[in-house]
Amino acid sequence: MSKELSYLEAIREALAEEMRRDPKVFVLGEDVGPYGGAFGVTQGLHEEFGDLRVVDTPISESAIVGISIGASQRGYRPVAEMQFADFISCGFDQIVNQAATLRFRYGGRATVPIVVRAPSGGNVGGGLYHSQNPEAWFIHRPGLKVVAPSTAFDAKGLLKAAIRDDNPVVYFEHKYLYRRAKGPVPEGDEVVPIGVAATRREGSDVTLVAYGAMMTPSLEAADRLAKEGVEVEVIDLRTLLPFDKDAIFRSLDKTNRLLIVQEDVKTLGIGAEISAVVMEEKFDRLDAPVMRVAYPDTHPPFSHILEGANLPNADTIAAALRKLAAY
Amino acid sequence: MPPIKRTKFKLTSEQLLEMFYWLKLIRAFDERLSILVKQGKVRSGVYTGIGQEAIIVGTCFGLRREDFICPLHRDLGALLMKGVDARTMMSQMFAKTTGLSKGRDSALHSGVNELGIFGNTSMLGANLPVAAGLGYTFKMEKSDNVVIAYFGEGASNVGDFHEALNFAGVQQLPIVFICENNQYAYSVPLEKTMAIDDVAIRAEGYGFDGVAINGNDVLAVYQATQGALARARGGDGPTLIECKTYRWHGHSEHDKAFYRTDEELAMWKSRDPIPTFTTYLRARHVLDDQKLKEIESKVEATIEDAVEFASSAPDPSPEDAVSDLYA
Ligand SMILES: Cc1ncc(C[n+]2csc(CCOP(=O)(O)OP(=O)(O)O)c2C)c(N)n1
Ligand SMILES: [Mg+2]
Repeated sequence: MSKELSYLEAIREALAEEMRRDPKVFVLGEDVGPYGGAFGVTQGLHEEFGDLRVVDTPISESAIVGISIGASQRGYRPVAEMQFADFISCGFDQIVNQAATLRFRYGGRATVPIVVRAPSGGNVGGGLYHSQNPEAWFIHRPGLKVVAPSTAFDAKGLLKAAIRDDNPVVYFEHKYLYRRAKGPVPEGDEVVPIGVAATRREGSDVTLVAYGAMMTPSLEAADRLAKEGVEVEVIDLRTLLPFDKDAIFRSLDKTNRLLIVQEDVKTLGIGAEISAVVMEEKFDRLDAPVMRVAYPDTHPPFSHILEGANLPNADTIAAALRKLAAY
Repeated sequence: MPPIKRTKFKLTSEQLLEMFYWLKLIRAFDERLSILVKQGKVRSGVYTGIGQEAIIVGTCFGLRREDFICPLHRDLGALLMKGVDARTMMSQMFAKTTGLSKGRDSALHSGVNELGIFGNTSMLGANLPVAAGLGYTFKMEKSDNVVIAYFGEGASNVGDFHEALNFAGVQQLPIVFICENNQYAYSVPLEKTMAIDDVAIRAEGYGFDGVAINGNDVLAVYQATQGALARARGGDGPTLIECKTYRWHGHSEHDKAFYRTDEELAMWKSRDPIPTFTTYLRARHVLDDQKLKEIESKVEATIEDAVEFASSAPDPSPEDAVSDLYA
């Protein structure tokens, strides 16, 4: 049995191991140096790898991504940190127009092996600009890959896969999970492949698809439903772009019912896309409308009362599961 | 254009005492917030401006209601001086319905157009292009109102800063850009993020004057601001004033600030803007023990009343999380 790490430590270990393995890997971002990052993810890296490979940048998100792209054209594999996913908007153009399109523009003759790490998500009392889940902005952009781990195992394994991937990967790490999620992590060269979902619970009555911090309330809701005689199959997407269509379809063949849970706002989140794909390709298998439990279409408020009212939880998820099961 | 002279803009004894009151009130407000965070009563990220108050008082003092300010995360005092009452401000920090955001955000992300206060997002530098827009309307209207836009030295590395100053220079807008250079951007000292000593010289690249002054001397800040305001009101365009200062607390109340030395902090504490000004006022017989006591009890009563009010003010209700999204 391998050792247990927190989600945050797992990310740190992935960075350290990849930097040891490949001298072309380096990290850059605000306060990532001696301070070790706003959340402590890069703690110890500066000490081990020095100024040139652990770069404290000015407050310049657009430059952080642009510099990463530049370095990637010379064979480096930069890992850029956004201090909060919310600030990724300030580096948006470089990600969606520069990085995402480069290979296409170059006639397939270049790659952009960068990773942009973005601490996302709410339930940490962060308010409007320290709680956002901006993943849908990026799953709307061909040329990017987007991942969102929910366990320490995947946090490490997916980051290693992202660093080794030749495409730009936006890596959403959920702040709520940093110290709350703990578990074994892959050792040595093992990675978690991008594009492959994980079945966290088997069941034959309803399929529930979720990711990130929504896994915990989803599994809790599934446990409750089991006591009521409804077996829910819970799938952790892990990768949002490209998402694992086959895993969802395989499960639907058993259950014929689908619920998608996302912390992102409802309109045009990944749930909308999954739902549309299922309509197009699996309509004949459905016994009930595809349903979603999502954040309401609003901004993440600071007040814990308001935030609590917005976030999907085991109650709201269980209610949706019951509705689906009874349909 | 010649550099700004330390023109003597005369202040009466009453005005000097009023300045003193503001210094004391703003200090006390932040100190109280710091305690409230430790007590768990205020749950937001609190970024105090303790040690930097002379900048706010020296720049806001005597502004017209129609003038606009664009404050940042440490500039709570600017909102108070521009007319937000202490109860409302404290409610904002408590995320209560009586705050500016009605509990939706606790930080300084809200504004009041009627009072000439623009509320920024968390995105550093994002207030500066907005300041240019505000200033542009004053120019269109041929009015002699002005905009005061604040930013940290760290934020002067954001692209928005440069885009805003360029436009302000080209258009000769009535804006005074105030750099609060407190030597650090979170954990990162200035010398790691810019290859110049004075942010002030950045103004030159945009065709207007920049000066660096002692930001802990409220009268120096006032004099420099008045000079710049006179030019802005007279149609002579923008000025950048860099106020050298230091923040005493960590970046936010959660930051232990291990990245700086005790000696450095002690050195700056010896330049505390409040005792310096107190000595000045006493030497001129503007302030005596009696007046000092009066001012101190007024400050204390104001803070007590605000905390009392905010603590017992109503929390928002869940509907507030999804309202006010559209006009
Ligand atoms: C665009 C953007 N990137 C990152 C952050 C996170 N952040 C908040 S304050 C801060 C440091 C700000 O330094 P400075 O501008 O010097 O202002 P100070 O806090 O020192 O007053 C950082 C990096 C942010 N708010 N906005
Ligand atoms: Mg600073």
